[in-house]
Amino acid sequence: MEIDRADGRNPNQLRPPACSLNVLHRAHGSASWSQGDTKVLAAVYGPKAGTKKNENPEKACIEVIWKPKTGQIGKAEKEFEMILKRTLQSICILTINPNTTTSIIIQVVHDDGALLPCAINAACAALVDAGIPMKHLAVAICCCLAESGYVLLDPTKLEEQKMKAFAYLVFPNSILSVLPEGSSLVQGEPMDHGIITSVTHGAMSVDDYFHCLERGRAASAKLSDFLRSLPSQLPGDISKAV
Amino acid sequence: MGLPNASEDLSAEMEVDAFRRLFPLRYFERHLSESIRPDARPLGRARDTTISLGAVASADGSALAKIGSTTMLAAIKMEVMTPSLESPDEGCVSIDFHMPPICSPIVRPGRPAEAAPVVAKQLSDTILSSGMINLKELSLVSGKAAWMAYLDIYCLDADGALFDAALLSAVAAFSHLQIPVVSLDYDGKIVMVTEEQKEENLENQPVNKDKRKLTLSSIPFSLTCILHKNYILADPTAEEESIMETLVTLVLDSSCQLVSLYKPGGPVLAYTSAVQDCIALTRQRVKELQDILDEAISGMEID
Repeated sequence: MEIDRADGRNPNQLRPPACSLNVLHRAHGSASWSQGDTKVLAAVYGPKAGTKKNENPEKACIEVIWKPKTGQIGKAEKEFEMILKRTLQSICILTINPNTTTSIIIQVVHDDGALLPCAINAACAALVDAGIPMKHLAVAICCCLAESGYVLLDPTKLEEQKMKAFAYLVFPNSILSVLPEGSSLVQGEPMDHGIITSVTHGAMSVDDYFHCLERGRAASAKLSDFLRSLPSQLPGDISKAV
Repeated sequence: MGLPNASEDLSAEMEVDAFRRLFPLRYFERHLSESIRPDARPLGRARDTTISLGAVASADGSALAKIGSTTMLAAIKMEVMTPSLESPDEGCVSIDFHMPPICSPIVRPGRPAEAAPVVAKQLSDTILSSGMINLKELSLVSGKAAWMAYLDIYCLDADGALFDAALLSAVAAFSHLQIPVVSLDYDGKIVMVTEEQKEENLENQPVNKDKRKLTLSSIPFSLTCILHKNYILADPTAEEESIMETLVTLVLDSSCQLVSLYKPGGPVLAYTSAVQDCIALTRQRVKELQDILDEAISGMEID
């Protein structure tokens, strides 16, 4: 099962992620995240006093603003905003700062495939930089499924268009603290195998989806190690091949 | 929620309605532990579903779908357009979803609902990627004229599982769709053929005499589930959605292909076993919905 990718990667290989924290000086936290030519800038402002209308004042409110590279915000961007908001709500500890709003602004610098996963990773890194309390980090990954049933990870824009289906998957990263044997297992599976977010496009068989999940999980472990190494480094450019 | 033990003690002496409002989560969990929901449904059971076709007489295809009290009205208007250069022999489908203020107390007049564009995007992704509609069938004259189908879905009552009801109404409207008859005039333009002209039997032959219905292959159906602790609740109401926040929407088509598995965040993580249980529930629901749709269509043909 040999597949040629235009950039010579093997199917399981991600484009090397690069991330720099604290790139914006006015924001409380910021990060720039790139995977190949896809690049996203995320800024965090907050927590600010008060919540928006229709939000629970007993919890912290998270607001996501998506800025496309060019043009007006459309339906697709609204959907990305909603997915990002719900995903970040599930990893932040919202009860620590009740009745506050944290704004996350996502600026797309360049889109070359796997845009939403890239934005989720960027937002996560920016939240770490801003010191917002979180339960765990989220690791996002894009899996593509070709007609013949093989799975490609982290596709470029060109590959994304050629594929019959793709899935954006977000997993929690594994907890490193020492836990008693077996306590990190939920329903017989390790905690970092749970799905925070799943968005799919295109029809695939159920087995293919589980195949994507498996491959995504395996690759997310590497990406989560990279994310974990971020805060310990000094501000500046950090780049590492995964 | 700061005093979980206080609610335990109070539950014995408080009125049920007061308890439901003050401790909604506890109220639901009490029911769930008995494997029942406050509206007397078992956990995996969806609400009663009805479809009525042809609800809007002025549209080319329409349907009213109800799941419990969630009500969706879908209508399709067909218009002739010039196809794009990239796909000269394909028509187009444009889908919009509206949430007017009557549908829910959360939607205020003048301010568009946040959920509406998201549901619209999800709907058009699902309908187009499922391959239910063959866009080539919407072509009239290759490179010159094709159909543009405007599908508008109005939410009349938003009581949970909006996407499920919207998709069901959209599918029903497409199966009710009657494409209008058109013919070419002397200048090579497309004109509508009216009722009188049909009888006059004019020399201009209709372009699409025998192509008045779309063939729908692999129809998608969806089921939204709530994940809460180890429980899986199928087809939630608006109240359930506001209390337990982890929603998973699955779309399967009639040949059991997975069209979409949509889980936007939520505090509960979905593990493989939970996903498999949701898929099993959805499989069951697809059969149910298929029967309901078939019944509605055969009822139409008798009339």
